[in-house]
Amino acid sequence: MPPDPDEGLLDRLRSGDEQAFVALVHRHQASMLRLAASFVPSRAVAEEVVQETWVAVLGGIDRFEGRAAFRSWLFAILINKSKATGVRERRSFPVEDPAPAVEASRFDADGHWVAAPEQWVEAAEDRERAAKIAARIRTGLDELPARQAQVVTLRDVENLGSEQVCELLGISEGNQRVLLHRGRSRLRQIVEDEFGRMP
Amino acid sequence: VIATRFLRRRDLACRQAVELVTEYLEGTLSRVDRRRFEAHLAQCPHCTEYLAQMRTTIALTGTVVAEDLSPAAQDDLVALYRQWRSEREDPGPAPDARS
Repeated sequence: MPPDPDEGLLDRLRSGDEQAFVALVHRHQASMLRLAASFVPSRAVAEEVVQETWVAVLGGIDRFEGRAAFRSWLFAILINKSKATGVRERRSFPVEDPAPAVEASRFDADGHWVAAPEQWVEAAEDRERAAKIAARIRTGLDELPARQAQVVTLRDVENLGSEQVCELLGISEGNQRVLLHRGRSRLRQIVEDEFGRMP
Repeated sequence: VIATRFLRRRDLACRQAVELVTEYLEGTLSRVDRRRFEAHLAQCPHCTEYLAQMRTTIALTGTVVAEDLSPAAQDDLVALYRQWRSEREDPGPAPDARS
């Protein structure tokens, strides 16, 4: 396992260094907020969950032995706290969401593309456009069914491995793959629509 | 799960190929299925484009920046830390014996 990038800050935090705590909060707050938002229905509740998570982190910091990365431990606590809010989960769809990756109308009777997919891969190399698309993906993540949003956020935004994501969310590899597939496919469509709107 | 249902026929249709993209990228297709998928790509520029789009979408998703906590919430956290620190420095009558 590579060295934990948070280790130094954790040592300082334990010895009472407030700046180290602030730095740690800063480093992880955006990820935590985004992940919490995929579980709970509002931004306000997501902020509460993040706060509760830090309470639990400080309470348990002496029991954290660094066998896993701090970030994984943090996410695990956050997910538990999110689930424990008792607030109804965000839109929850069954895993076996039957929606196809691409709308059926885009294929002919033999299952071939009726028309070529729009071409926008090269356009995505433009930094300004890419930033706009990324902003649209951010709102797109909020529109996904909760489970899909959670998997895509952990895999593609946070860059965690599939094994870790399955463990954090308590789902099987197969389920994770289906959720990832549905979520990514929806995002791809959103990206395509967004490029279509661009001049 | 989705994949195998489609793969009974020898040749993939595009509609089926697009459902295999994630398993292809995850490296979870069997060798036979992967060859069939790649054979389809080799003769289908549209699905090749589609795969490139999925890769681009994933890359763009990786650049999503989330919002930060509100300043009030950040202040609350600092207060929380100070409280934790003072309780730790003065643990009261039952000091924590863990090493």
